[in-house]
Amino acid sequence: MLRYILSRFGQSLLLLLIVSFIGFAVLNLAPGGPLSQFALSPGMTQEQIDKIAAQMGLDRPLIVQYFDWLQHMLVGDWGTSYRDGQPVLHVIESHLFATLLLMGTATSISITLGSTIGIFSALRRRSVFDYAMTVASMVALSIPTFWFGLIAIYIFALNLGWLPAGNMYTVGDGSVLNYLKHLIMPACVLALVDVAVWSRYMRTSTLNVINQDFVRTARAKGLTRRRVLFKHIVGNSLVPMITLAGLQLPMVLGGALVTETVFTWPGMGRLFLDSLGYSDYPVVMGLLMASAMLVLIGNLAADIAVALIDPRIALE
Amino acid sequence: MTAATTTPPVRQPFIKSRALRRFLSHKLAMIGLFMVLGLTFACFVGPYLLPYDELYIDLRARFAPPGTGGHIFGTDPLGRDLAARLFHAGQISMAVGFAVMVIATTVGSVVGVVSGYYGGKISAVLMRVVDAFLSFPSVFLLLALAAFIQPGPVMIAVIISATSWMEVARIVEAEVKSLRNQDFVQAAHMLGLSGRWIMFRELLPNAIGPIIVAASLTVARAILLEAYISFLGYGIQPPLPSWGNLLNGAQQYLGSAPWLAIVPGLAITIAVTGFNFIGDGLRDAFDSRAQGQ
Repeated sequence: MLRYILSRFGQSLLLLLIVSFIGFAVLNLAPGGPLSQFALSPGMTQEQIDKIAAQMGLDRPLIVQYFDWLQHMLVGDWGTSYRDGQPVLHVIESHLFATLLLMGTATSISITLGSTIGIFSALRRRSVFDYAMTVASMVALSIPTFWFGLIAIYIFALNLGWLPAGNMYTVGDGSVLNYLKHLIMPACVLALVDVAVWSRYMRTSTLNVINQDFVRTARAKGLTRRRVLFKHIVGNSLVPMITLAGLQLPMVLGGALVTETVFTWPGMGRLFLDSLGYSDYPVVMGLLMASAMLVLIGNLAADIAVALIDPRIALE
Repeated sequence: MTAATTTPPVRQPFIKSRALRRFLSHKLAMIGLFMVLGLTFACFVGPYLLPYDELYIDLRARFAPPGTGGHIFGTDPLGRDLAARLFHAGQISMAVGFAVMVIATTVGSVVGVVSGYYGGKISAVLMRVVDAFLSFPSVFLLLALAAFIQPGPVMIAVIISATSWMEVARIVEAEVKSLRNQDFVQAAHMLGLSGRWIMFRELLPNAIGPIIVAASLTVARAILLEAYISFLGYGIQPPLPSWGNLLNGAQQYLGSAPWLAIVPGLAITIAVTGFNFIGDGLRDAFDSRAQGQ
């Protein structure tokens, strides 16, 4: 087991290295580059730009810059923001909580709702409910998240006035209820796509479990339907879902970026867009790395959890 | 004499390909096809039937609600006809979708077939790159790319492809790996055919089913991604309309002119749903094993 965990950990590190290289290449090979913002200011001569480049070390070969950046990153120095001179890691940290809160809530909603729909679809296979949910989930997968957010704001904030249209809390009101009121709409909007994905996979997974011998044995023992469902079917069909939760992370994170924009939620997505607007390269790079790290950590955690539940996996 | 030896004619089905027949009898796929064809027709023929040009500005008719003054979907903050803009936007969004399908499917297939055929170190390296690309949330990577390039429809299609080829690569790799040891490939080896011939003339045609399925889903994904980045202001730039950038300014007029948000979003949803339905139908058509589920 330990060997499996260590080898998965090593793979993740290797992947992170490739990810960092791709991210670095993407940002630095793009025309313009980090210096393009200086070229825009009036009265700036090429000579001055070259000077800045030399000061910031941007005139060195890209590969040297990469290893320099990597070295600093490994010891926790992710550079400083071009915008306000704050350390990148600090800037990201101050936006991390809001994003994790949004993603966590959305994922809880989608797991609960999606699994329930999936199990019922599987139990009543080819019923009207099953068919309706199949179609509904495919439509849900096709709705642009930000548009769904706009429609939700139009209905629940503008017309009904039940919920606030944006932000994380009302200034001066730090109560939990206030946070909840602001959280519920963006979380539900973000959860929509995931509910669809979860219900599909849960349906397939439940169908696989239902047809296995131990379920037949449990029924043959004379256990009640309810007991078989909760003790034998649900638990076992949830195991592959742990892996799915890890694989879904990039999608949820990407969705969070868009949702945060629509609901002016002060998380990493908003920070990312703001930083792009300011050509704040160190923060953009830091956020690319942070999001990839979140994804890799999520996948690693999911794989380890599955291996702990089902030790056969570690032996393969 | 000859008449006695002829066998009684077997009734040939009108459409020979079994996959095509299965696809045509797939209800959801047909609905999807109808949605996509209808929308394509509207986008390419619609502009000629409308009384207004998509760039005609009528400041007296700003924020006209749908149905008034010959504006079936109303007008935008400059008094331009939303229907005309929507149809033109559709041409661009769908063109981007198809361009991405072609580029991403080609790149993905080549990476997949090379990786699956050679295996070993080449496969390990290529598949790690695929994994690495999949570790980024694609919207993040896409925005980072889009922010620093000159955004035109062609570049947008290229960068969306850059974040969409990985799934095809994975699918093709898995398919090729399972085909690699079959008799017809061994036979091709024995004939002394080159690796390139075997990969592109023997293996790839045999993996065409999953590739077509992935391609149809890629169109759906590309239209969505274009909408995301254009909505955020980094995609296709006005005055060139796209479904995403029509929604770009819609949020601030949500209270006064909700149709500006509702109409383009519906168009996106219909198009993407259509392609997803078609993809689902194709999957069932090519994969007879899935029939039982």
